[in-house]
Amino acid sequence: MSPAIELTGITKRFPGVVANDDIHLEVAEGEIHAICGENGAGKSTLMKILYGMQPPDAGTIKIQGEEVDLHSPAQAIELGIGMVHQHFMLADQLTVLENVILGAEPMRSFGRIDFDAGQEHLDEVGRAYGLDINANDLVETLEVGERQRVEIIKVLYRGAKILILDEPTAVLVPQEVDELFRNIRELKASGTTILFIDHKLDEVLEIADTITVLRQGRTVGTVKPDQVTAHDLAEMMIGSELPVPDAGASTVTDEVALEIAALRVAGEGDRAVVDDVSLRVHRGEIIGIAGVEGNGQAELVNAIVGIDDPDEGSITLLGQEITHQSVRHRREMGLGYVPQDRHRDGLLLGFTLWENTALGHQTEEPYSRGPWLSRAGMRDRASRIKTDFDVRTPNIEVSAHALSGGNQQKLIVGREMVAGPAVLIANHPTRGIDVGAQAAVWDDIREARSQGLATLLVSADLDELIGLSDTIVVMLRGRLVARLDPNEITPRDLGAYMTGAALGTGTP
Amino acid sequence: MTDRLSHRVLLASAAPVAAVVIAVVLSSIVLLISGSNPLAAYWDMVEHASKLETQVDIFNRATPLYLSGVAAAIGFRMNLFNIGVEGQYLLAFIVAAHLGAQVELPSVLHVAFILVVAMAVGGAFSGAAGVLKVTRGVNEVISTIMLNAVVISGLAAWWIVEWQAGGEISATGGRVGTEPIADSGLLPDINGLLELFTREVGQGKKLTGVLIVALAVGIVYHVILNRTVFGFDLRASGANPTASHVGGIPPKRMVVIAMTLSGTVAGLVGMTELMDTGYYPSNPISLLGFTGIAVALLGRNHPAGVAVAALVFAFLDVSSGILQISGAASREIVEIMKGVIILTAVIAYEVVRRIREREEAAAAAAAMAAGPAADS
Repeated sequence: MSPAIELTGITKRFPGVVANDDIHLEVAEGEIHAICGENGAGKSTLMKILYGMQPPDAGTIKIQGEEVDLHSPAQAIELGIGMVHQHFMLADQLTVLENVILGAEPMRSFGRIDFDAGQEHLDEVGRAYGLDINANDLVETLEVGERQRVEIIKVLYRGAKILILDEPTAVLVPQEVDELFRNIRELKASGTTILFIDHKLDEVLEIADTITVLRQGRTVGTVKPDQVTAHDLAEMMIGSELPVPDAGASTVTDEVALEIAALRVAGEGDRAVVDDVSLRVHRGEIIGIAGVEGNGQAELVNAIVGIDDPDEGSITLLGQEITHQSVRHRREMGLGYVPQDRHRDGLLLGFTLWENTALGHQTEEPYSRGPWLSRAGMRDRASRIKTDFDVRTPNIEVSAHALSGGNQQKLIVGREMVAGPAVLIANHPTRGIDVGAQAAVWDDIREARSQGLATLLVSADLDELIGLSDTIVVMLRGRLVARLDPNEITPRDLGAYMTGAALGTGTP
Repeated sequence: MTDRLSHRVLLASAAPVAAVVIAVVLSSIVLLISGSNPLAAYWDMVEHASKLETQVDIFNRATPLYLSGVAAAIGFRMNLFNIGVEGQYLLAFIVAAHLGAQVELPSVLHVAFILVVAMAVGGAFSGAAGVLKVTRGVNEVISTIMLNAVVISGLAAWWIVEWQAGGEISATGGRVGTEPIADSGLLPDINGLLELFTREVGQGKKLTGVLIVALAVGIVYHVILNRTVFGFDLRASGANPTASHVGGIPPKRMVVIAMTLSGTVAGLVGMTELMDTGYYPSNPISLLGFTGIAVALLGRNHPAGVAVAALVFAFLDVSSGILQISGAASREIVEIMKGVIILTAVIAYEVVRRIREREEAAAAAAAMAAGPAADS
């Protein structure tokens, strides 16, 4: 049988860059095929070519053995290729059914939409692929995982037999990832071919039947998941020895930089989301906060940064109480912050890079003098950040959305580090960025630590927590429940603490 | 580099030029269908506009439109839709007219007093909508629309009766309005200034002194927005309130400040008329507030862009009169042109934005592949 997809010699050039260079890819009918690679390795370009969004400069595409000349997504859909983008394209105010049929509405006479037929077809699709969703829910009421399911159903509704998922797990919490993987396996069982783009290697190894690794626009190799480890894959992706987070010798001093005492943040109802948290971070120290997401880490960080007002307790920065001070006051005192969601909390996407490097520090020199902005100062800093933190960009005049995720993150980390903070709150600093950029961020944090920076590191990456932290505290249901030495703990044990299993008390 | 610069300038000016060209083409079609000769109509408009007196009319019309456009633009920059400019300027107009007539002050102070009252009233009234938004979550579109009604069919209608001047107040007679302000409170026309460069202005036309105020507002708007930390905060908060909050910019305060500033400028819109006649009439020039939204849209909220947009709209408004007189076409054609210009401008700006985004992304991808510390 001919493969579902066969790409031969695909080459795509953009001005000054070869995004895809002689790529070969063969995807068998009904398999889950993962495409791995760093940001900028050419994964997205390749998928856009396969989905008809961009024509290749050279090479041939064969679908089910037939050579095709793709030049529009509509044509790709006709050939049974569907794509679920990383950022969802749903109308919040419409129901699931309305979203699914949008653009492919079954019609009755006089241009009326035949909702019954749509519903029937939707039910069929749901049954055939084991995807469960309530067609009458408004999309705005759905969880992220459910929205993604709607996107997948939308594509299947249009008759897709080949499904492209672009970093589908990037937006999901672990439980939702499990659910997604269950769905993907059911899709496979019903004969769908799945192309899965990801750079979380554990996930790839778990779900994929075959893995193709891209690096700098070329195919590095195609492997089976039982032949390789995550470590091997990562080395294929970056083409050299894999960096590991490693704190090196301790630089902890006895000078307290950030002190949190009996902090309480009330949630909805009686329960506090941050409950009696006390913590000290010294200069030169990295304290890691471990915990399953949603156990109060976000609220704790928001209280420290000053976005939310705590109800009880105190926060002291460099000996000065700041419990109820403004965000700006804290930042001017030397509080740096790398937020978890860089698009939502970290960047002005439509602004230039040099304007972005001032955000959060715009009241300080050299970004401004008194009430006046200093454009020269801003540009100067931006150039320095570009060079020192290896932000890959043609110049500092482009807007932030032009950069890849890893480079956006390096820009944010650079912005915070250049300001010379005394305390850094790093909230999932390497989430969703590739291995190379991750290593760069680790280096930056380590470097600053050796110069006396006090860091509070919140992360879901257990290797990162264990590798970087001087001390790990575990947060569970709003409380700090354990204090651990990273030299003596394994990820598995840490996981047990995070779920409460290792505490002897169990979960209520 | 000059190549890249000229490319950017070309892209930036492509949108408004395309909008006007398409508007002319579509209007021509409408004119042809309605049996008029488009060339004759356009010739009448251009010929009329080439006269000095018409140009004075255009500037007098453009002045309040510009102020109204800047007021809307301040809101837009903060992602706020201040539909209340209409109510804000009418309220500021009537209160300033009334209070201005109650006081006796030396000339400069008197004018300043009236302008400050107008700005304060507009700012406070608009700021109230901002406070409602941040404390009660009332969408500013809803609250400002309702506040418009409060002014137009409420306060202004009541006060015009309450503060009505006894007898006839204007030289031409027959008009009803608030008590006239003494001459010391009126900004003189700036015909003298204009005549330094041109011939004498005829037909009793007077170039409004508020034009100077409007220019000052435009310059201050530009400087604050682009050169100060506060302006950065405003633009940032409008573009991404959550990231700005993390960056130390309190979003709620920025909403109240932006609404207040927008209303402050809105308060000046009615001053062109007040400084000319000295009283609030029973039928003041209206709809300037709503037109200002279109002007801001066409001018991309940019200080100079809004000025050009205000002139384009003023030209069309003034031309409608000559079309009626010459009979070359129905005067409503200018309303069609305004509508088409706005629609095509919105589309053209979006197209240009996408082109620019794509070019940037391609350039960034190139830099990534080129490796560390690419050309700097």
